[in-house]
Amino acid sequence: MHQTAERQAGASAQKKTGNSPAPKRILIEDLHISFGDTHVLRGINLEIAPGELFAFLGPSGSGKSTLLRAIAGFGPQPRGRILIGDEDVTTLPPWERNVGMVFQNYALWPHMTVWQNVAFGLKERGVPKAEIGPRVQEALELVGLAHLAQRRPSQLSGGQQQRVALARTIVVRPQVLLLDEPLSNLDANLRVQMRRELKRLQRELGITTVFVTHDQEEANTLADTMAVLEGGVIQQAGPPMELYDNPANLFVAGFLGAANRLPGRVVARNGERRFEGPAGFAVPVAADEPEGEAHAVFRPQAAHLLERGAAACEGEVCVPVRISHAEFLGPVVRYGVMVGEHEVLVDEPHLPGQPPRREGDEAALSVRQDTVRVLRA
Amino acid sequence: MSATGTAAGGRKMAGGFVRDVVAAWRQQKGAALLALAIFAFLALFLLIPVAQVVYVAFLDANTGAFTLVNFLDFFRTPLFRESFYNSFYVSFMSVVVATIISLPLAYFTSRFNFAGATLIQTLGVLPLIMPPFVGAVAMQMIFGANGSINLLLDEHFGFTIPFMEGLNGVILVQSIHYFPFILINLSASLNTIDRSLEEAAQNLGAHGLRLFRRIVFPLAMPGYVAGAALVFLKVFDDLGTPLLLNVNTMLAPQAYLRISSIGISDPMGYVISVMLVVFSLLSLWVAHLATRGREYASVQKGGGGLLRRDLKPWEKAGAYALILLILLVVLSPHIGLLLLSFGTIWSFSVLPDGFTLAHYREVFTTAMPYITNTLLYAGLAALFDVMLATAIAYIVQRTRLPGRHVLDYIGTAAVAVPGVVLAIGFLRTFHDFVLPGVGKPLATWWVIIVVALTIRRLPYALRACSAALQQVSVTLEEAAQNLGAGRFETVRRIVVPLMAGGIAAGFVTAFATAAVELSATIMLVSSEADAPLSYGIYVYMQTAAGRGPGAALGVLAVVIVGFATWLSHRFVERQRAQAALDERMAAQGV
Repeated sequence: MHQTAERQAGASAQKKTGNSPAPKRILIEDLHISFGDTHVLRGINLEIAPGELFAFLGPSGSGKSTLLRAIAGFGPQPRGRILIGDEDVTTLPPWERNVGMVFQNYALWPHMTVWQNVAFGLKERGVPKAEIGPRVQEALELVGLAHLAQRRPSQLSGGQQQRVALARTIVVRPQVLLLDEPLSNLDANLRVQMRRELKRLQRELGITTVFVTHDQEEANTLADTMAVLEGGVIQQAGPPMELYDNPANLFVAGFLGAANRLPGRVVARNGERRFEGPAGFAVPVAADEPEGEAHAVFRPQAAHLLERGAAACEGEVCVPVRISHAEFLGPVVRYGVMVGEHEVLVDEPHLPGQPPRREGDEAALSVRQDTVRVLRA
Repeated sequence: MSATGTAAGGRKMAGGFVRDVVAAWRQQKGAALLALAIFAFLALFLLIPVAQVVYVAFLDANTGAFTLVNFLDFFRTPLFRESFYNSFYVSFMSVVVATIISLPLAYFTSRFNFAGATLIQTLGVLPLIMPPFVGAVAMQMIFGANGSINLLLDEHFGFTIPFMEGLNGVILVQSIHYFPFILINLSASLNTIDRSLEEAAQNLGAHGLRLFRRIVFPLAMPGYVAGAALVFLKVFDDLGTPLLLNVNTMLAPQAYLRISSIGISDPMGYVISVMLVVFSLLSLWVAHLATRGREYASVQKGGGGLLRRDLKPWEKAGAYALILLILLVVLSPHIGLLLLSFGTIWSFSVLPDGFTLAHYREVFTTAMPYITNTLLYAGLAALFDVMLATAIAYIVQRTRLPGRHVLDYIGTAAVAVPGVVLAIGFLRTFHDFVLPGVGKPLATWWVIIVVALTIRRLPYALRACSAALQQVSVTLEEAAQNLGAGRFETVRRIVVPLMAGGIAAGFVTAFATAAVELSATIMLVSSEADAPLSYGIYVYMQTAAGRGPGAALGVLAVVIVGFATWLSHRFVERQRAQAALDERMAAQGV
């Protein structure tokens, strides 16, 4: 039901904003960028499907903003290729790319009204005067700000400014939409609201959209697909849930939420391979997993604490532990427990009246084998 | 205080004010006395003389009754109408020419990766350190009807350009001298525009000249207008340049000539003074409007600093050629002055016939009193300025005295009073005010020159000292008081040492600009023996034979001002570096 409604809304938006062309893919091939001697991007290969809502996720300095800006044509001339649709835009200046970008600080021109800001791109494109009025009106209506058209940007709230920035960009019907840290300048409440708004707008317009964020929750909630960047390299790309459940390496595992990691080795025993960690923590691994040092990784909520000697260890990894600390987080109690020398976190759901475990108590840690990933750095 | 609420506030206001005054008096007797003394000084030497000028402009010269007839006479006299129009025209055109000079310099150095950008910016400020009337004669030698350029043009192409003819000369000299005000303000504005504002426009399809016209220039507008208004004001008020170029049909020279030839009872001098003050205030008001609440340009969170790009080789060649040409024109007064000061005879030739040190010898043997007088006057004026400015800054920022801001306003308002007007005010107010022990009227005693310079340069010192005090954290003073230091002790041992950089910068700025002031001093100098450098240059430049020594004296003035400016720059830089260091240490919790 909801989906149909959304689709209808989408169809009407398509009609409203006029003859939007079919969404374009973005193809990035072996892209390198350096600022002087600093290599910021080292060989990026990526395909962003038409109509997709795509996130570049990474810590600051990972190169995610540089990559986004490169698609828009800002920054140093890269090596490699950037294609939008089938057109190679690598050497085109920003003003010839028809790529819409919403800046982190919105970059609204303070000497122009909201209306003039939104009309700017249309005038630059030589759109006939008679057409500019209705299109600006339409774009402002789409973001719900038609009534503020004559205001100056300084008279708007942060959320309103962002909507104007969005309207200013989509009014020119860009081939793709780029958003640089779209929610970072908003306060927490507004952030959740704008998140939904952005998603709705993107679905209605059907435009290929890329956004940059350092906040994994933002990427998880918004993106169809995301790429995790670190050190100028894409560490892993895929749907958020896929990346969360099956991180490709320790960085991705650690960046996407709390992850426990236990060091150990992959060894061959009795014709089967398994990972052996501290205090008897062992899980079977695939036969093609190379031998040598590795880490076992699992999420705090995938582990349980049992009484020592409980018999429920069937199909699970079961090791004796000692409670080292407890943090009451509300819905869960997060315990730090010692597996040999190593501390891991375990989330236990909290029910009313349930007393917490005490520091120093003995217990057994149990993790389902299929939730444990064996990763290397 | 505010607990009384707004409804009752109106009724209690008067009583509340009295109570405040009484309370302030009890707590801050010393500061209050100081504030009163400063106020008395400013009233005596700024408010009363200026009020006197305005008052006399409305008096009937014969009956002493209030009248508007003087203003009617002003507009009925063709000479004054012409002067009024000329002053306006020259000021406006100077702004236009100054803009043409500044725009490329500011734009190229702030938007492109440009080798030598700092050098260009520095050279661009150089004209300011030469008093315009000094450069005027040198400009005659280069751009005049028989100057180097026109001789060359005539010889090779058979035509000449009247660069220095009448008002053209004033416009050229003034715009070359004052364009740095536009350059500095415009560059500052351009340098603070967040790059994302320009990138957003590029992203939407704008570039090149359109980008500049629709986004960059409008954003830099407040800075530009502030600079342009300042140029307008300075040119409108200036006396020395038109006088030296022998252009008398402008307002400031007319005021000077009326008073010096007809006498201080002639009402026309006062009417013209009122005109000058009104237009000064107008241009200051425009500058204020331009900057108030429109300081858009600020690097915001998530912004990426400045947008600079590389120039293509041919663009680079063109840009350098243009900038070189501009710099050559801009530095021509300096070049001309140097040539003149070392040249033997320079007349109807591209360059002087020969070179000599004779002019400098003459300056150091016969013109030394000018130099010593200048050092004395400017030094004393600058000293008084920083003392006044430090006291005013402290009273305004650190005490709760009611009405304390008035001191700041009055001190700053001196900007709007042209030197001619202040001088006329002094002459009128103090012409028969004989000081006991001096034996002559205050208006003709050399000290009055020092007072005039002090008032004229107070705004500069005030700005420097206020900024310096703002950087001193109140907690540092509280710490001293907590350890037992009294208010005066705290100021002496904590505040003043911490402000030292700003005070020093204020001192040298006031000193440098006072050393080359002409418009007030020319009217207040009563005997040759009391005259300072600027007056000496003016006197020398009146005769053809005096040009050489006059130029040598001018070079000395430039050296003094240049050295002082460099010193002031160093003090400010050091203070800024110190502040940045403090901030870093504070951020690290040291």
